[in-house]
Amino acid sequence: MAASEVNPANTVSSKLVLEHVSKSFRTRTLTVHALDDVTLRIAEGEFVCLVGPSGCGKSTLLNIIAGLERPDRGLVQANGEIIVGPGPHHLVMFQEASLFPWLTVLGNVLFGLKLINGLSVAERRERAEYFLELVGLKRFMHSNVHELSGGMKQRVALARALAPNPSVLLMDEPFGALDALTREQLYGDIQRIWSQHRKTIVFVTHNVREAVCLGDRVILFSPNPGRIREEFAIPLLRPRDINSVDLARYSTEITRVLKGYVQAEVAG
Amino acid sequence: MIARWLAASLFFMFIVVAWYLVVEAHIWSPLLLPSPLSVFKYLRFAAEDGTLWEATLVTVRRLLIGYGLGILAGIPLGLLTASSRWCQDTIGVLALGLQTLPSVCWVPLALLWFGQTEAAMLFVVVMGTLWSLIIATDHGVQTIPPIYTRAARSMGSTGLHTWTHVVLPAALPFLLSGMKQGWAFAWRSLMAAEIYVTILSGFGLGHLLHYGRELNAMDQVIGVMLIIVVIGLAVDKTLFAPIEQFLHRRWGTARQ
Repeated sequence: MAASEVNPANTVSSKLVLEHVSKSFRTRTLTVHALDDVTLRIAEGEFVCLVGPSGCGKSTLLNIIAGLERPDRGLVQANGEIIVGPGPHHLVMFQEASLFPWLTVLGNVLFGLKLINGLSVAERRERAEYFLELVGLKRFMHSNVHELSGGMKQRVALARALAPNPSVLLMDEPFGALDALTREQLYGDIQRIWSQHRKTIVFVTHNVREAVCLGDRVILFSPNPGRIREEFAIPLLRPRDINSVDLARYSTEITRVLKGYVQAEVAG
Repeated sequence: MIARWLAASLFFMFIVVAWYLVVEAHIWSPLLLPSPLSVFKYLRFAAEDGTLWEATLVTVRRLLIGYGLGILAGIPLGLLTASSRWCQDTIGVLALGLQTLPSVCWVPLALLWFGQTEAAMLFVVVMGTLWSLIIATDHGVQTIPPIYTRAARSMGSTGLHTWTHVVLPAALPFLLSGMKQGWAFAWRSLMAAEIYVTILSGFGLGHLLHYGRELNAMDQVIGVMLIIVVIGLAVDKTLFAPIEQFLHRRWGTARQ
């Protein structure tokens, strides 16, 4: 069985290192401290979920790891190298429909592969088909994007993000816009794919249950300024069922702690 | 499909018959409203002696060259105005202003600058096309959901690759409507120029129209108008319809 134990991040060599990362945005009327002194280590092959209410800076953190934004202060390293910009080593899968409507399903998966040097046309095609097979959509590869359901679109987005073989996969509330049933199917898929390929995954969500279902660790953020508040290891066996009682125990506890911070925020 | 063809044919036959009946009723002088038969006779005559073909060729050539130049310049300029605040404030404002100018206003200037030459004609057509294409491209690029470029960037797409592989295809629906509008403006400006100005290097359809009026030959005027309409339809069906079908299929925006 795919029994997996938690990798204690500090004993294994870290895949991803963030040290004292801060970032703020200035609008016309106020300055938002999206991230304040965030330090985080993520091990190779670890599945980490970032949880918090909206506006707590978790998406900003993801964008910084993706290289789409630069931190004001602090250090961000992947594989021991400082991240200076976006690239196929740390890919993002977005919440919204980010598939390109002018390309077919296959064309979308090929898009990232074409940006990698040293792959022949046949190799690209083979890899694209492999990952479409992995998400169960190979027979839709010549379909147009608008012909797919919401869940299928996110599966294609997953295949597109996996195909260039990123060492870190970043997922920004990828299932947020889906209905509950489709989401549950995708939890199963993503656990299966993760146990087969052992990607390092950073997964942003505001759904505590989802985080407990997927993550080795759940990291709790609180807003204004965005900070890491607490960390929870989830030593449950995989594959996990989101409706299981064991899982509910963890998510109840985490939700209780989260509410405490949100209420403190409102009161303060 | 056959039913649609049939309906269209019946509709146009009905128009011609109605036209014929109105003429037969002798309400207006045939000088004002010639019968469809005499228009047809003119067209056959002009086709046989070659003037119609020659004029069509001259006009279509001017149109295609001027329109092509307008597109070649308009799309890059539109990309520029969409990507730089500075270009937006300069070229963008210029395009917005000049787009409101009826293109026939360029004719006197074109005559002064280029004389009675092909260059004057092309200039008017380009001025008719260019500005609306800049604005359509600019608008199209600015309307693209930012998620597309973010997704592309995260996969390692940069600079020119992002422009050609993401921004332009994403803006295609807007580019197409800009191109259609540009085409219509190109036609209008060329006809205006040909009607007003005699160009020694070639007599176009506009000239035929003009001389038809001078000679009180309404059959010629209406005949040439018909030819202009037919060319416009043909271009729409051959140039724009395939792109539109591609858009409908890929984007899923079919009307049915």
